[in-house]
Amino acid sequence: MSGSEPLLRVEGLEKYYESESDFIDRLLGRQQNVKAVDGVSFEINEGETLGLVGESGCGKSSIGRSILRLREPTAGSVYFKGQDITTLSDSELRDLRKEMQIIFQNPQSSLNPRLTVNDIIGEALDIHGIESGVSRDARIKELLDRVGLNASHANRYPHEFSGGQLQRIGIARALAVDPDFIVCDEPVSALDVSVQAQILNLLEDLQDELGIAYLFIAHDLSVVEHIADEIAVMYLGKIAEIGSPEELFAPPQHPYTEALLSAIPEPDPLWEGDRILLEGSVPSPIDPPSGCKFHTRCPRVIPPADYDFEQSEWRAVMSLRHRTREADIAVETFDAGEAALMESLRDELDLPPTLSDPEAEEVVQEALRLVADEEFARAASLLEETFETPCSTDEPVLRETDAGRVACHLFDPAYESGPTRGTPTDDGSAAGSATSDD
Amino acid sequence: MAMLEVEDLNVRFYTEDGVVKATNDLSYRVEAGERFGVVGESGAGKSVTSLALMRLIDEPGVIESGEIRFKGRNLLEMDEKEMRELRGNEIAMIFQDAETALNPSYTVGEQISEAIRYHLGLDEAAARERAIETLESVGIPSAAQRYSDYPHEFSGGMQQRVVIAIALSCDPDLIIADEPTTALDVTIEAQILELLEEIATEFDTAIQLITHDLGVVAEFCDRVMVMYAGHPVEMAPVEDVYYDPQHPYTVGLMSSIPRIGDDRDRLQTIPGRMPDLIEMPPGCNFHPRCPYAEESCTRVEPPLVDVETGEPADPINSDAQAAACLAHTGELSGELDYEVTVRGEDDPAVPGDAPSSAGVSDR
Repeated sequence: MSGSEPLLRVEGLEKYYESESDFIDRLLGRQQNVKAVDGVSFEINEGETLGLVGESGCGKSSIGRSILRLREPTAGSVYFKGQDITTLSDSELRDLRKEMQIIFQNPQSSLNPRLTVNDIIGEALDIHGIESGVSRDARIKELLDRVGLNASHANRYPHEFSGGQLQRIGIARALAVDPDFIVCDEPVSALDVSVQAQILNLLEDLQDELGIAYLFIAHDLSVVEHIADEIAVMYLGKIAEIGSPEELFAPPQHPYTEALLSAIPEPDPLWEGDRILLEGSVPSPIDPPSGCKFHTRCPRVIPPADYDFEQSEWRAVMSLRHRTREADIAVETFDAGEAALMESLRDELDLPPTLSDPEAEEVVQEALRLVADEEFARAASLLEETFETPCSTDEPVLRETDAGRVACHLFDPAYESGPTRGTPTDDGSAAGSATSDD
Repeated sequence: MAMLEVEDLNVRFYTEDGVVKATNDLSYRVEAGERFGVVGESGAGKSVTSLALMRLIDEPGVIESGEIRFKGRNLLEMDEKEMRELRGNEIAMIFQDAETALNPSYTVGEQISEAIRYHLGLDEAAARERAIETLESVGIPSAAQRYSDYPHEFSGGMQQRVVIAIALSCDPDLIIADEPTTALDVTIEAQILELLEEIATEFDTAIQLITHDLGVVAEFCDRVMVMYAGHPVEMAPVEDVYYDPQHPYTVGLMSSIPRIGDDRDRLQTIPGRMPDLIEMPPGCNFHPRCPYAEESCTRVEPPLVDVETGEPADPINSDAQAAACLAHTGELSGELDYEVTVRGEDDPAVPGDAPSSAGVSDR
């Protein structure tokens, strides 16, 4: 291996699941793919930690499992020590498991309740034929000791331990084969804060002593920040931003990173930062939004250059556009009468009584009339054709910025003509650059 | 008289392994319109406390002694019928896991209007209308249409909104929210907290928020009670607890939170774990994990005292900061030696990614 080759290199990894379908669906070819991981690339160096963060359903666990081939990747390559492991045979793969291990989120369900701790850890040693006899017992004791458990507890069963202790057993099991790389899949999210801190410290100590690299998967940015050398933020199967913790938390930031960061509750009663509230929830990965997948919730979508929008107006127009496309407005439930209907529709959609740009106002009114007649498709295409934004048409790629790599058109010089640049957004940029004023 | 007064509440579970002392002489109050936080780790007795308020403690659990006075009436003396009239009507509950709290085989609308029909005596159509209004008030778009959807057709955040709508439907005076955001993603958590905040302000509803997350408490609560092994260990207005914690456990909890932008190499931890509630350590229950513990801590059980005076605290009538630690009764020879740093205070010029925020570190 050359010195420049990272320990683990993932290239264009894809993992699609087939959505549930019955016989007729299959016959008609109506099967749909859930694009859990949709083209992800990253590298992890020896003895370093990559933190992978995102909300439920963003594909972070699928990545962890695809890398170990616990789930077969749909496409892409995973190079471990320079060797593409997606092409390995089963027996070659088994040998590789000595070097790559995993720790699961829930130790209660990942440790066999019928085996003693001795057997749980010993199983790993037996399968790989590492130690036997007296040295096997000694090794198990050493491992228990190393993760901070009493070696005399080796003959107990999992139910006799607390959650934090079970997670330590899970770690000891992973360590048994002396791996160089461990996937930690939400290892602390089921634990209490004080215990969580113990486990995080243990993982860090092990890394220092044994030089193990981690892929640390979590939904909690503050946990990841603490342990990772590099952090990747994922949204709907793609990496939105990747960089060192310092880079990630400094502007320029992906609007999603900004929102995630601002959503963490501050343990300080007098904290008065601005919180970015994202609308709605994560869209379905079966039919993800076009262009930038975040544009349906993004507070900083690039407005069309030909119209003059306030950021909040533009966001409301984007929601209207999104909801017409989904036909997700229950017109019949609103008051009858055109004027009243218009008013309640605007109210529902957070649209101001009139937009600041008269031309845009005309288009929106036309669209609302179409909505009132339940002509959702026409309303959607009207809005989409008139108000063009690169965010809904072009897919952003990860680009080098001053601080980390970001997949967002806001930081792409090609779209710089858009009026978003330099316009202070009262809801968008607040948290990232908020200074303390108390 | 406060709206809710809990006095010397003792809940026991008689299990095969022994008696679990889930709460021990627990006293506190919640004022009308107040937001009261109950914090602690798993096994601290937080959820048992809230179930006791609703008289929902099941076999083998028993409310052994104490009083729970709601608007002056002792809930523990009410019969089942009176209790049923209170539940969901004047006191409502929001559970952690919305998916299990909702009945999968009824539409969400039916689950809301059921309570309205029962408690407010409205007819079908009026109950439906009110249910739709409630769904709208918790931010569910196209509420009239979604009224007849089933729980599985909603996302996790939307399900939690439905549960909140059920709680709100009869305009309760007190909502008990048991870890309402723990199962949600952080961006959705922010939405739900904002919603609860709006509701509390708009309807002037008191909320007892049970959580393990000190961030959520800081943001949401007026006063807070920290629990450990079934005991209240500290009780105070929220600023006092965060900027001037007076119990070593509170200090330990705060310093073990990983914070964005801190450059600590290692996180502070509280060694060990919560004791077994059947065989609790003698003296102060926290002494085996406490960095300041002395010999006396293993013998004397510290009472909850006013930290200023050292006199027994009166959590039902007083707002003073109270803690259960021998350091405040003069029986500890050493001192609680720690330092609270409030971020952003010492160097306001630095545009940090983390604005002012408190942290605690042991020395």
